[in-house]
Order: sequence, then C-alpha cells, then structure tokens
Amino acid sequence: MENLLTILISLLAIIALVQLVRIFELATKLKGQQEIEISDKENHYNGLALLIVGFGFVLFVAYSFKLWGHLILPESASLHGIQIKLLWDTTMYLILFVFFITQPLLFWFSYKYRGKKNNKALYQTHNNKLEIIWTSIPAVVLTALVVFGLKTWNNVMVPDTSNAMVMEVYAMQFNWTARYSGEDNKLGDANYTLIGGINTLGVDINDSASSDDIITREIHLPVDEQVLMKFRSQDVIHSAYMPHLGVQMNCVPGMSTQFAFTPIKTTSEMRKELKNEEFDYVLLCNKICGSAHYNMQIKVIIETKQEYLEWMSQQDNFNTLISR
Amino acid sequence: MSNQDHHHEETFISKYIFSLDHKMIAKQFLLTGMFMGIIGVIMSAFFRLQLAWPDEGFPILETFLGKWAPDGVMDPNIYLALVTIHGTIMVFFVLTAGLSGTFSNLLIPLQIGARDMASGFMNMLSYWFFFLSSLVMIISLFVSSGPAAAGWTIYPPLSALPQAMPGSGLGMTLWLVSMSLFIVSALLGGLNYIVTIVNLRTKGMSMTRMPLTMWAFFVTAILGTLSFPVLLSACLLLIFDRSFGTAFYLSDIMIQGEILTQTGGSPILFQHLFWFLGHPEVYIILLPALGITSEVVSTNSRKPIFGYKAMVGSILAIAFLSFIVWGHHMFMTGMNPFLGSVFTFTTLLIAIPSAVKVFNYLTTLWRANIQFTPAMLFSIGLVSTFISGGLTGLILGDAALDINVHDTYFVVAHFHIVMGLSAIFGMFAGVYHWFPKMYGRMMNKSLGYAHFWITFISAYGVFYPMHFLGLAGVPRRYYSNTAFPMFEGLVEINELISVFAILGVVAQLIFFFNFFYSIFRGRQSSQNPWRSNTLEWTTPVERIHGNWPGELPTVHRWAYDYSKPGMDEDFVIQTTPLKDGEEEGH
Repeated sequence: MENLLTILISLLAIIALVQLVRIFELATKLKGQQEIEISDKENHYNGLALLIVGFGFVLFVAYSFKLWGHLILPESASLHGIQIKLLWDTTMYLILFVFFITQPLLFWFSYKYRGKKNNKALYQTHNNKLEIIWTSIPAVVLTALVVFGLKTWNNVMVPDTSNAMVMEVYAMQFNWTARYSGEDNKLGDANYTLIGGINTLGVDINDSASSDDIITREIHLPVDEQVLMKFRSQDVIHSAYMPHLGVQMNCVPGMSTQFAFTPIKTTSEMRKELKNEEFDYVLLCNKICGSAHYNMQIKVIIETKQEYLEWMSQQDNFNTLISR
Repeated sequence: MSNQDHHHEETFISKYIFSLDHKMIAKQFLLTGMFMGIIGVIMSAFFRLQLAWPDEGFPILETFLGKWAPDGVMDPNIYLALVTIHGTIMVFFVLTAGLSGTFSNLLIPLQIGARDMASGFMNMLSYWFFFLSSLVMIISLFVSSGPAAAGWTIYPPLSALPQAMPGSGLGMTLWLVSMSLFIVSALLGGLNYIVTIVNLRTKGMSMTRMPLTMWAFFVTAILGTLSFPVLLSACLLLIFDRSFGTAFYLSDIMIQGEILTQTGGSPILFQHLFWFLGHPEVYIILLPALGITSEVVSTNSRKPIFGYKAMVGSILAIAFLSFIVWGHHMFMTGMNPFLGSVFTFTTLLIAIPSAVKVFNYLTTLWRANIQFTPAMLFSIGLVSTFISGGLTGLILGDAALDINVHDTYFVVAHFHIVMGLSAIFGMFAGVYHWFPKMYGRMMNKSLGYAHFWITFISAYGVFYPMHFLGLAGVPRRYYSNTAFPMFEGLVEINELISVFAILGVVAQLIFFFNFFYSIFRGRQSSQNPWRSNTLEWTTPVERIHGNWPGELPTVHRWAYDYSKPGMDEDFVIQTTPLKDGEEEGH
C-alpha cells in the first residue's frame, strides 16, 4: 500500500512538472522570444555565474589547504620520505601554479567574451609560434621533472642494503605476521606447502637459517636503522602500506617483493609531534583482498635500539616455537 | 547503399528494434547507456551513505539490497560488489558504449557525408551484443552469492578463487561472460567506425577537413580495436583458471586451509594484460568527450577551433602514448625499478599533448562571442575538470610520488575528475547539442541550465575533498574507516562528500525529465539550430534512412569557418563553395 502510494505520488509529481514546463514554454513563446537562440540576458547571467562559481572554486582550493591541511599526513617518519618530499613540493608548486593560471583564465574568458547580439568573434585559425611555445615550455619543464623524479625513484627503490636488518611481513586474509631473521640476519626458507599447525608461515625446519627466526604479531623497528622488509602472501594480492613511513609494496602469492627504508622518528617522538598520546604507527592492507579488507592491520612500533633489543629478547625463536 | 533504400517500407521491428540505421542504433546505445547509468549512479549513492554514516541503518538499502543489508546496514561484501559494479558500469557501459557507441554511430555518417555505416548489419550486431552484455551484467546482480566484488580491475587470485570472497562465485563468471560479449560489441563497432571513416567520406571531405569529433572517434576506434582483444584474452585465461584448473595467474596459493595445486602462473601477468587495455581505455573514454567538446566549443564560441592541426596532432600523440604507459598502474607490484622509470617517463610525456589541448581551448575562447547553451556550459566544465584532474596525474604518474598515494582516495579523486567527470560532461554536452538531430526537437534550456549548475558544483564538491582523504592516507575500497584511529578526524569531510554526492545524483533527475519530456513535447527544432558548419545540419529534420534525400553533399571547406570576415553570416556550412579569391582556413 505504502509503495503504491509512493508510486502514485511520484507519477502525479511528474505530471505536474510536465504541465509546469509546458506552461513555461508557452509563456516564452507568447512573449515572442526565439526559444532556440540564447538571449544576451542568458549569456550574461551564465557568464557571470561561471565567473563567480569558477573563481569561488579557485579561491576555495587555495583556502582548502588551510581548512583541511591538518588532515594531511605529517612529515614522513622515514629517511627516503625526506627525499621524496622535495620532489613532492616541487611538483605540487608546479601543479598549483598551472592551476591558478589556467582555471581563472578559463572562467575569465568565459565571462569576458560572453555572447552579445552585435558582437562578432575574431576569425583566428592558428598561430604556429604560439603552438611551438606552449609545446616546448611543458616539454622542458617535464624533462626536468622526469629527471628529478627518476633520480628520486632510483635512490628510494635501489638503495644499498648490505647492512640492512632483514625481516619479512607475511600477508593472508585478513591479518599480517612479522618474521625477523634473528642473529644470522638471514630468513629461513619458507614454502606454502609446509604450512600447518603452529607453522603458520610454512617455514622450512630443515633450513639452518630458520632456527633463529622470530615470528611476531607486532612489528617493532629500531629507529635510525635500515630495514629490508620482504613480503609474501598466502592467498590473494595484498598491499603493505605504512602511510606515516611512506612505504608501500604489494604482497603477491608466488612472488617475493621487498622495500628498504630507515625509520627516523620513534613512536613516542611522533606522539609528541602530533600531540596525541594514543598514536601508533600502523601497517594496513591497501589492495582489495576480500570482505575484511578494511580491517587488515598490524601495529608498528618504532623505538630506540635498546627498547627494541629488550622486546626482541622476550620473543621465542622458531626452534623453541616448534619444539614446544 | 543506394539512393533508393530509403523508400523501403519499414516495419516496427526493423525500424525500432533490429534497425540497421545508424541514427536509430545511436539512440539504442544512448538509452541503454542511460539505463545502465542510472544503476551505476544509484549504486554510488548507496555506498556514499555507508561511507559517511557507517553502521547506521537506512531502510532504502534494505529495500534495494535485501539480505545484503539487514536492518538497512550494508554488508562489507555487498559494499565491495557495489564499488565493483559501479566502476564496471560507468567505465564500460556508460562511458564507452553509451558515449562512443552513441555519438560515433550518430555522427560518423552524418559528419563525413555517408548514407550509413559501412556495414549496417555489423552495426546492429554491435548494439545487440552490447544489449546482451548489459543483460548478463544486470542478471549477475541477482545471483545469491552476489555480483562480482573484486574491484572493477578484477585482479586474480581474488577474482579467480570462489573461496576468496562470495563475489568471486557465479557473479564473477557472469561478469566475465558479460565483458566478453561487451568486447565483441566494441570490436564490431570499432571496425565499422574505422572502415566508414576511411572509405565513405563524401566528395571533398579530405581527412584534414574532418571535424575534430571525427578525428577523435576515428582514433578512439583504433585504440579500441587494438586494445580490447587483449582484455578479451585476459578474461578468457581467467575463465580457464576459474573453471578448468589452469594456472595462468595462480601459483603457490593456500586459501581457507586448502593448498591449491596450481603453480607457475603469475597474478601480475593479468595486471599487464588488463592495463594494456585499461590505460588506452581511459582515452577511449576521454577522446570522444574531447572531440565533442572541440565541436561544441567552436560552434558556440562562433570562432574557429584554435590550432586545428595541433589538436589533431595531440589526439594522435595521446593515443600513441596511451599504449606505452600501462605500467604506471603497477608501480607498487614489486616490478623492477628500471621498468618503473620507463613508465614514469612515458606517462609524464602525456602531459605535453594534454597541455597543448588545454591552451588551444583557452585560446579558442579568447575574443569569442560565446553562446552559453547547456552544451557549451558542460564543455567549459569539461575543460575545467580536464585541467584539475590532469594536473594531479603529474603526481600519480611519477613513481616516487606514487608510493604514498597509490591506491588511496587521491587516486579516486584524480581519475574521477579527469576521466569520469570530463567524459560525462562531454557526454551531456553531446546529448544537449545533438538532441535536435536525434529527435527533431529541442531540449528545454532552463532545465539544462539547472542541470549543469547543480551537477558542476556537486561534482567538484564530491571529488575535490577526496584529495585530502588520500593525503591523509585513506585507502580506497574500504568498507568503513572506523577500524583505524588515524582516520577519526575524517568523518565530517566524508559526510560533506556524501551530501554533495546525493545532491548530484538527484540533479540527474532534472536531466532525465528534460530528456524524456523533450522527446515528446519539446519545441520543434529548425534544421540548423546552433547555426553550425558541419554536414549533419544539412540533413532534413525528419529522420530518413540514407540521411540526405537527394545527392550526397559535396564539401568545399573545413568545418570551422565561424565569423569569417567577408561572409554574410557568422557561420559557413562546409558545403558552401569557396568564393573567388577566398582562402581556406587552417
């Protein structure tokens, strides 16, 4: 009954609208207006509206950094983040520069050259000089940006990792597990066919490098030390994303991926910086992986070397775990 | 097709259903695209409700989603299904078939002076494959395990394993069947467009006299025919993996405690195949919109499009580059950093032809005599969104900067503005501009203005704030942000976005009302309502099979002689011979 009423009311509303538009159209016809042509008045008001709304938008973009700027992630808590920031800022200023020139021009021209009955547009087909200018300027600017970008990318992705602490982050629906390589700084072999019982990561018991591996449900990292994080996945593609550390890498079944970085702010330093005693770093899943994708996370704690070693000493290694 | 053809008796079925006439097929594409658009857009309103007010019950959700929204609270699985189907429908069914299918079909024969497409029959098949594909996609919404839910990019293994999520069951199979049918449709259409433009141009219509719409549709068709087959093969291999135990994309997997026997495949292979279509697809969507805009901007500026040859050149450059940039969707897959460098380089190059296009549009407006038809407003809106969205591409295309915004809302903001909004604005511009050609009547102008202004404001209201969500680190495709204390401060901005989203959705009712009202009750159109130069406006208002009652028109000049000095009017139709001593433009 209720649905029927809704349908009836909607139908009546549509009929009413049709009649209204009809009346409106008849009225303009009676006034003798040529409905198809755009009147000077319509051109004026639409041009003016473009000017106001357009400039309003451009001004809002400028203001939005003040309004919402505090939402943006704080300065990166890892070493490579500082390199990236320079590239980020350069690109951002370039973008805003172009934005604040082209958008106002678009809306200004729309208003300034709004149609009037007796005006005639300029007949102007092309200008090769102009085309060359505005092809070559972006080309030069982009060349610089590409060179800068590639340099940064290579520095970040291909660092010297000979002294890095090696560890693994293992993904499955819908949780993360960390595995530290222990004293030998070498992760034991692992294979999905060996998964079973307490051996949730499929670590190979027969590999001598595996005995001192340490498996944990929290990630602890010593500050100012380079870590080479390796990623594996058990089932579908996941993506390990640590927004505050500027780290992201997909975890792909059947494949090993990695990302090397150096954290430079401990959790407590970050808490102070953000004036938030509850703050914790987090590693979250950033590739759609199923129903609980939105809650696939693991806590990351960055601490001094001493705190780190203390925590590490309380963890069981793989040998102890298996023999228990 | 001979001259006598239009004397054929047309039955209801041959005229309205299995029509061979390109103008009717165009309308079929448009109406089907609009219908799919309604589904896709309503879905977005639903998941915006969830994102702004998680855990709150909305009776409307229970009405539409049934068991997937007990007490009106959305289930995470149906959330993922909604974003997946929203993406699929908008990208393929609305902005590929609905946009390209409609306007390529309507305009190619009319603007090059042909009686119909090279093969009317193939053209009809193209529509009916699209119809079937839409039907299968709609049926997939009603299967008990739910529709496909692995994101519109359907990355395996998630999409390959029914154990991984409910949406990877029958829903995914139907998705793949639907997309395969869709690709057949796109290929039949694309080949037809290419052949028609190459072979059926009327006397005097050289390639360089073609309107920019024709160039855009021509290049789009080439892009589609070269890249869609790759997606078809990707889909077929995925069907094999899902149903016949092959391992193209699967290796070393244990899921739900079960060790799978498939080894040796690579999930990344799928991404390469997918994005080999996926990136050109962005331009399959965008180029027709830019083509329509070029035509609409020039006509309503009463001024030649500035730098015609540079515009054609940049369309070609964008199309070429679009084939060698797909890897920028995969920077974070663990690809060799050198490969990342190559893709960064090629990706940023696209900014050059794009900038050229923007500058040419701006210069076209300079010292123009702008007539603000609704189509013109949407075209100006397109230029604005093309700039706003294009610029953030410089960040996402730069591998080093992509690390921290990859797969966040920054990406959602970027592609919705540069591709979604630009293309849909282009599509609206096209509908308002060529409605008189389709139905012989005018759409209501005032409703058109209301539609534009609400849509334009709410569109930016939805997608501009999303940049900040991305910069705050919010991943896309999250059912809710409540699991993370770091996202607590984002509730208000999410509510704001949802309010604008709902406003934007409701504003489309104005358009739909105007569209259907005008089909039946709109003012009669004159033959050339926008005082335009191109050939479609030399055909009679009344639809006839074969387009021109007598001889085909002969073309004597390019399409953009607006406000040419020494002419009586501020437009000169392409069929007008050059006067003595008159120089041809461009």
